[in-house]
Amino acid sequence: MICERCHERPATVHVTKIVNGEKTGYHLCEQCAKEQGEILNPFVAGNAFDFNKLLSGLLNMESSSGYAPVQTGNLRCATCGMTYNQFTQIGRFGCPDCYDNFSSRLEPLLRRIQTAGTHTGKVPVKSGDQINQQRKLEALKRELQQAVSNENFERAAELRDEIRAFEQNSDS
Amino acid sequence: MSLSDFLQRAMSRWMKDGGPEDDIVLTSRIRVARNLQGYPFPILQTDSHANEIIEMVDKAIQSEPMRGLGVFELIRCRDLSALDRQVFVEKHLISPDLAEQEKHGAVVLRNDELVSIMVNEEDHLRVQCIMPGLKLKEAWELANQIDDALEQKLTYAFHEKYGYLTACPTNVGTGIRASVMMHLPGLVLTGSINRMLSAVSQVGLAVRGIYGEGSESYGNLFQVSNQITLGETEEEIVQNLQSVVMQLIEHERTARQQLLQRNRIQLEDRVSRSFGILAYARRMDSKETLERLSDVRLGIDLGIIQGVSSGILKELMVTTQPAFLQKYFARELSATERDVRRAALIRERLRLDDTEVHG
Repeated sequence: MICERCHERPATVHVTKIVNGEKTGYHLCEQCAKEQGEILNPFVAGNAFDFNKLLSGLLNMESSSGYAPVQTGNLRCATCGMTYNQFTQIGRFGCPDCYDNFSSRLEPLLRRIQTAGTHTGKVPVKSGDQINQQRKLEALKRELQQAVSNENFERAAELRDEIRAFEQNSDS
Repeated sequence: MSLSDFLQRAMSRWMKDGGPEDDIVLTSRIRVARNLQGYPFPILQTDSHANEIIEMVDKAIQSEPMRGLGVFELIRCRDLSALDRQVFVEKHLISPDLAEQEKHGAVVLRNDELVSIMVNEEDHLRVQCIMPGLKLKEAWELANQIDDALEQKLTYAFHEKYGYLTACPTNVGTGIRASVMMHLPGLVLTGSINRMLSAVSQVGLAVRGIYGEGSESYGNLFQVSNQITLGETEEEIVQNLQSVVMQLIEHERTARQQLLQRNRIQLEDRVSRSFGILAYARRMDSKETLERLSDVRLGIDLGIIQGVSSGILKELMVTTQPAFLQKYFARELSATERDVRRAALIRERLRLDDTEVHG
């Protein structure tokens, strides 16, 4: 059998496609199949399900359905120049500043693809000093509330002093 | 070169070594995505940006904190042949996307190949730790140490609210993707796999049949990974995946025992036929190879086949891939030639072991 695309080389790849329930099949040589992107290397994990493609599908759905009638045409990242429309096409941001420059549109998106909108995990040691301090203070305050509601006043007093010392330290 | 010499040289430690629960869990993998402050993401990167980033990473891996974590080497994609890049993909050291980044891409490898750091893939840095068996926590601890060591020399793009900033918002926050590759023939053969997988996907994890299209799986191999990266801590993500995987392992073990008790003869017949085909066939395509190997591995786990290394599934699923075959036979091979050579390599490999089949 000869390849149905180049009509030169022998067909070695048999492609079956099901589109909207309709089954079609054709025969290609290895090179044409590669060029057509029909060879899925069955051994390479990670391609079968592409998060980015799914994401850009989601974004396109959002902009075309009239579900969220927001003007995005002029929204552009001042740092790298990427427009929000470009982002919806490719599903990737252009630079770290896009997160702030597109923040008005980001919240609903993050709610869809993530559970929460705020990072609670690891913080870089070098640049995250302030955040670490803030988190520690919040944790102490939470513990204080817990101690008060448990009527553990001894522990509450300790925590109050600890919080006071902590706040004085960070002020200086 | 003999096959055993070739394997000795070609196999990473995750392919050779065993680990906890490795009758069911092939590998545990953690990937952490990081980007450098003040640089566009790779999608908008110029040649000079790309080079600067590669140079900064190269400097960082030579620094004291990184040297304490092993011997690392940076290799630029342009210095590797297309075939060698493909071998790296098949060994799961780099992604197919990085292999195509001939100009801007680089990879840092630790000499045992349990750690690889992709540079200028979708994000500036993707630190990956892959370990044999169920070692998610160990893999995360190692990735975390490497991340800390790199951070002493590099300034990451980090946002107080959104965490580590990534090119794609599906990775933002922790930037962590934890995944476990599982061999679940018992659940497939007893018909309970779909119920299990739909339950797993309801708790924020993604499951995919590896190597197949959509949810179809070849060789009863499945990859379970976290989907959410923002709003949970790294430890919560790892712990959540770990506990779901432990439950899947329990169900798989029960299913295997049920098969042994209720369908022993059918099971022995299936396993032995697959072994016979692997041992004698003259042409093997990659799909059938995985399916037969899955049966043989199940036979080894249940004591039906003895004398064959239990690592054979993991080992051959890597070494029978196109680039490896071309490396081993030292020539370019068409798809048809590969099927013939694949069968030859499998026959040769099985002869290295001292097999017995029990009935």
